[in-house]
Amino acid sequence: MANKRIDEPTGTRTVGHEWDGIEELDTPLPRWWLWTFYLTVVFAIGYVIAYPAWPMIDKATQGVLGWTSRGQLAKEMTAADQARATMREQLARTPIERLGEDSELMQQAVAGGAAAFRVNCVQCHGSGAAGSQELGYPNLNDDDWLWGGDLKAIHYTLTHGIRQPGDDETRTSQMPPFAGAFDNAQLDQLVDHVLSLSGKAESSRAGAQLYADNCVACHGASGGGNRELGAPRLNDAIWLRGSSREAIKRQILDPRMGMMPKWEGRLDPVTVKMLAAYVHSLGGGEDFIEVAKDPEVEVDEQP
Amino acid sequence: MSNPDDPKPGGGRDWSVVVEDGVAKTNEPVSSAVAEPEAATRRHEPHEPSREHLPERLYEPRKAVHNKRIDGPFRRFKWLVMLVTLGIYYVTPWLRWDRGPYAPDQAVLVDLANRRFYMFSIEIWPHEFYFVAGLLIMAGIGLFLVTSAVGRAWCGYACPQTVWTDLFQHVDRFVDGDRNARVRLDAAPWTWGKVMRRAFKWSIYLVIGFWTGGAWIMYFADAPTLVHDFWRGEAAPVAYITVAILTLTTVTLGGFMREQVCIYMCPWPRIQTAMLDEKSLIVTYKDWRGEPRGSVKKAQKNPGQFGDCIDCTQCVQVCPTGIDIREGPQIGCITCALCIDACDKVMKDIGRPRGLIDYATLEDCEREAAGGEPKSPLRTLMRPRTIAYFMIWAGIGGALLFALGNRSHTELTVAPDRNPPFMLLSDGSVRNSYTLKLRNMESRPREMEIAVEGLAGGVMWTDTIGRDEASSVQRVTVPADLVRQVRAYVAVPEGAESQQFTFRVTSLDAQRETDTVQTRFDAPEEE
Ligand code: SF4
Ligand code: SF4
Repeated sequence: MANKRIDEPTGTRTVGHEWDGIEELDTPLPRWWLWTFYLTVVFAIGYVIAYPAWPMIDKATQGVLGWTSRGQLAKEMTAADQARATMREQLARTPIERLGEDSELMQQAVAGGAAAFRVNCVQCHGSGAAGSQELGYPNLNDDDWLWGGDLKAIHYTLTHGIRQPGDDETRTSQMPPFAGAFDNAQLDQLVDHVLSLSGKAESSRAGAQLYADNCVACHGASGGGNRELGAPRLNDAIWLRGSSREAIKRQILDPRMGMMPKWEGRLDPVTVKMLAAYVHSLGGGEDFIEVAKDPEVEVDEQP
Repeated sequence: MSNPDDPKPGGGRDWSVVVEDGVAKTNEPVSSAVAEPEAATRRHEPHEPSREHLPERLYEPRKAVHNKRIDGPFRRFKWLVMLVTLGIYYVTPWLRWDRGPYAPDQAVLVDLANRRFYMFSIEIWPHEFYFVAGLLIMAGIGLFLVTSAVGRAWCGYACPQTVWTDLFQHVDRFVDGDRNARVRLDAAPWTWGKVMRRAFKWSIYLVIGFWTGGAWIMYFADAPTLVHDFWRGEAAPVAYITVAILTLTTVTLGGFMREQVCIYMCPWPRIQTAMLDEKSLIVTYKDWRGEPRGSVKKAQKNPGQFGDCIDCTQCVQVCPTGIDIREGPQIGCITCALCIDACDKVMKDIGRPRGLIDYATLEDCEREAAGGEPKSPLRTLMRPRTIAYFMIWAGIGGALLFALGNRSHTELTVAPDRNPPFMLLSDGSVRNSYTLKLRNMESRPREMEIAVEGLAGGVMWTDTIGRDEASSVQRVTVPADLVRQVRAYVAVPEGAESQQFTFRVTSLDAQRETDTVQTRFDAPEEE
């Protein structure tokens, strides 16, 4: 029941409602306040006309400005691409082996590579690039490289992939399966010899002989591996597929060999370069000079 | 006029049905009049004057405040405060301070792009934001302190809204004349002369507003360069936008809204009212001395019947917020004391003692009303509450000063890589990677030494120092006034165990400042 009246002490009209004897004064708004309110109303109407606003059945009203969040995103992406264009151009021009000479460019390439890595490479190598011994994905942080760890070698691996059918230049090698070639005792002797290369077991003459007959061609007499062939080093602490006797036996009898996609054609050349730079930066990257003077790299050692 | 619930034909709201003037006749309390139906009915009896034609208004038009010029000690103090505060505000960005070749030479500069804050010899980095936070807390507590001691002195003298309003009111006086002339001009029709006058006045407003906004942006960039760029149209868009916004707000708030900001917009009066107590100084009209009011003549004719107030309304006319202090303490009063100046002058002219309106505490008012002696207002400063506020305020200030005097200009932060936590190297050693941030807060490049301590056999190399030069101590150069990020690899020979160790950075100069960070070295679990 509205009972509007004038309040005695203040002379102001009440709003006419009463709660337990308490009434509210109908104090008029200050004018500026009212104007502000009108302005917001005008703004709201303008906004609704200018921008998408009312939800309809399958989409919202369009707004006369034609603005969409998708369009805005596209615009921002284009702007970002343009901002990166100079860097990408420079990267495209720089041969991969010279990348290290420009530390600024290198830094940008590493940052770009990190992003590309998160999209394309983490599925196998893991987000920290630590790989998986279980599944045979190499750890990219360490200083052991199957096919070489300088920028150029990494770039080559990325470009052509590993054991990729249909690419003549792909990295490829085969470890023959030795199932049935040795009896159990021989197998144990051979495993002992392999482990002895890194000081983890005692070798025997027989084991050494077996190794010399079957393995030296690829892995080298002292187990230094062969990067030309992608034959792993056996005399260091890093094992691609595990260092337990079982793991080594399994690898001798029925070797598993990993594959890696070739990124040429899938990613643009600049991205591949950036990826190479990133992988190189993970802590194990080598440069040419170091590779050349590394005594452990046995390229053509034959007994 | 029968049933208040009957709508009038034609619908709509009709005040005549329900609204009656209850002021004049009934002496009953309002609540009972409403609660009892008979009383309500009686109030609608036709012989009572009604407000049938009371217009319905959605808004209350502002009543322009044309405050009169007054002179006196408080007014002079206000001039002084205005001079000092505006002076500081407009002049500070132009002060220079030599900091050497790597840092700007503006004495007070908020360098947002490089995230530095310069204040004379002090340079604050983003990680030292606690200084700014501390200052803000001090400002807050300072306000509490001032409020509990001298009431709304902040509002009356130092608040920017007050200072600029005062300035604009002076412009009004300068262009249009004093109160009476302004009232007349306001009421006058819009003649050509009035238009010109207003245009002139408002352009002065605009100039002041522009100067205010202009001074503001000077704090964020090298002032002379910015002025140069600004006028050539080469300054950043944000500079123009800021100046435009501040010009607009200064003119609107100081030139037009004035006391409405204090009354409707500002939250501080509300908080202050809660902070004031009976021991705080406020401006009060001593009604026991002033009432009943009567002119000098009346008082002479009837000695002893009238109070000291002669109802000359000088106190109302000079008030910048347009209130009548004789109605008692109210939220519109900013305690600027101009009414004290005005009334003191009146009292002097008619030969009565000053202080009919005065700074006093409510406590003193009561004592005085009861016939006690007035006390010196200064006494109000020293009491537990103000002392407590002061101690807190000074404590924070002291702590900040101490921190400022003892802060190091070399700092190290360490972020270990956790994915993967460790790395087995081909020679069997274990490597961990860390991202080190070396901070050089001096304005010259410095060489620093990073040492790995407490890690047996631990050696370190970095993204620029090769593994063949690994050692437990490495040197790097950190550019002037910058943070250098270094990726550090720490390796421990075969058989390493997870453990804590320490990175220590030492500046290789006379200061030999050092900072240490403890972190973790992870190694594979032994099988
Ligand atoms: S100035 Fe003093 S005397 Fe005049 S009305 Fe105000 S209180 Fe009364
Ligand atoms: S009442 Fe007096 S002290 Fe309060 S705002 Fe007005 S002039 Fe200033």
